[in-house]
Amino acid sequence: MNHDTYPDDYIRGILNGVKVIAMVGASPSEIRPSFFAFKYLVQRGYDMIPVNPGHVGKSLMGRPFVASLADIGRPLDMVDIFRSSQHIMPVVDEALKLSPLPKVIWMQLGARDDAAAEKAEAAGMKVVMNRCPKIEYGRLSSEISWMGVNSRTISAKRAPIPTQGMRLSLNRTSVGGGTTAAADRAAKDRSDPT
Amino acid sequence: MTERAPGFATLAIHAGAQPDPTTGARATPIYQTTSFVFNDADHAASLFGLQAFGNIYTRIGNPTNAVLEERVAALEGGTAALAVASGHAAQVVALQQLLSPGDEFIAARKLYGGSINQFTHSFKSFGWNVVWADTDDVASFEAAVSPRTKAIFIESIANPGGTITDIEAVAQVARKAGVPLIVDNTLASPYLIRPIDHGADIVLHSLTKFLGGHGNSIGGIIVDAGTFDWAGSGDKYPMLTQPRPEYHGIRLHETFGNFAFAIACRVLGLRDLGPALSPFNAFLILTGIETLPLRVQKHSDNAKAVAEYLSRHPAVAAVNYAGLPEDKYHALARKYSPKGAGAVFTFSLKGGYDAGVKLVSNLKLFSHLANVGDTRSLVIHPASTTHSQLDDASKIKAGAGPDIVRISVGIEDKEDLIADLEQALSA
Repeated sequence: MNHDTYPDDYIRGILNGVKVIAMVGASPSEIRPSFFAFKYLVQRGYDMIPVNPGHVGKSLMGRPFVASLADIGRPLDMVDIFRSSQHIMPVVDEALKLSPLPKVIWMQLGARDDAAAEKAEAAGMKVVMNRCPKIEYGRLSSEISWMGVNSRTISAKRAPIPTQGMRLSLNRTSVGGGTTAAADRAAKDRSDPT
Repeated sequence: MTERAPGFATLAIHAGAQPDPTTGARATPIYQTTSFVFNDADHAASLFGLQAFGNIYTRIGNPTNAVLEERVAALEGGTAALAVASGHAAQVVALQQLLSPGDEFIAARKLYGGSINQFTHSFKSFGWNVVWADTDDVASFEAAVSPRTKAIFIESIANPGGTITDIEAVAQVARKAGVPLIVDNTLASPYLIRPIDHGADIVLHSLTKFLGGHGNSIGGIIVDAGTFDWAGSGDKYPMLTQPRPEYHGIRLHETFGNFAFAIACRVLGLRDLGPALSPFNAFLILTGIETLPLRVQKHSDNAKAVAEYLSRHPAVAAVNYAGLPEDKYHALARKYSPKGAGAVFTFSLKGGYDAGVKLVSNLKLFSHLANVGDTRSLVIHPASTTHSQLDDASKIKAGAGPDIVRISVGIEDKEDLIADLEQALSA
């Protein structure tokens, strides 16, 4: 998998296919990006589990925190990692011990660990790095267009009015050949300094 | 299965717009409302805290304006955009996110006269210091870089016309200096030039010109390319990277990733400075954009025919149009703007200032006014109007010397335009 750009169909397939998501590094602080994403994904119907050893005993939007992936005790579809790049590998190692294996490892915006990605892919998992599932869901459903963001999709179909807890269609026509190339020059520039 | 990428003309019509979920209306409705009701207290708090997508108040965002924003972002190949009340407002809002008092930005000397005024005088009261560079000399941009430089500003096709900027060369300087390159793409429109493809980090437009295209609405827009590495810029851009007290300590770049600049422009710039675009203007501009590819091609083709005619006329001393093979910017035009060199250019008359004034008053089809990019053909004498507040030396440096006449060629029949020029030059 080329992790500089992802075809929309790849992201679409993941977001349409997963249901149970463990968010490692979920924060109860209302200004943290993980809180934004957790709340949004709950509202869009995902079964969210907050993982953070520092907050065990508390809950996030009614869902109790657990200390680690091993403590969840039921099958996961996706592990969404809200940790910086240097803390990714131990989480992936922990995910690899789960049975059944999660289908997807997702690393948050700004997080990238190619070695961890390779390990997860070798075990048959799909990997997304340096992306936010809230932004990608908002983009592919075009809900993010309310903020003037380029969804890079078009549609001539009348969409339903989004309400709380509703899953939105992510199956609009992609612009730009389905890749997210325009968005990825910065990431490439960073990994390839001249 | 590979997905097929829709082309430019398809995006000009469809990007950002879909049938209205409530009514099924196919044209984008004009949401002429100041405010939007909240579902409940939590929804309101989520919107104010930037946690949810949605509308609050038209000074911060509006559904009609959002269609325009996504449309232009898509045409430019950016990640997001913010529409504002004018091109000048776009410049203020964009630079406010980048500069603190005492900071500098480098600007090409050949710019729209109004921008030269804004940069030189108005911005001085904010403590933003412009440092001028020579549009044709990349080394002069490099020499102008200092530790206080926060951005580089150029026009893709420079007003009053004729000049094509070597965007890629200036982008190299910006990248080396670690600052974003801002390109005003008003005179080219994304149909002719897409500056992001050549290294721009931020693209600005006066929507008033070719994008709106019909001379009926003032507007401006800021497009975020999503390419600048705010995270890697240390504390150079605190609006993007420092916890924002306005939003309980949110750091915009880590929350919004590659469209954080557009969000900063909206939630810090537009929200607090206030130059919101009317939804009615957004609607008119959107309608204009649907025909952008057709219009700009016709504008460019007409302009080339008019420039060729003028270059052969015995009363004309010089024509500054990059679409002519003998022009000094022709090679750059072929590289950056292969479909045409735009519709705005200047020429000088052998009779000097007096002949220029006489020509303007003799023309019957060209309108004498201070705008460009209208369907109608327009003419102006920059030295006595758009560039009149500059001193004589600055006028010449800006390409607006006393003998210069600027025209914006419309989409009328080119034979009629040439006939009008013929009668005015021989009167």
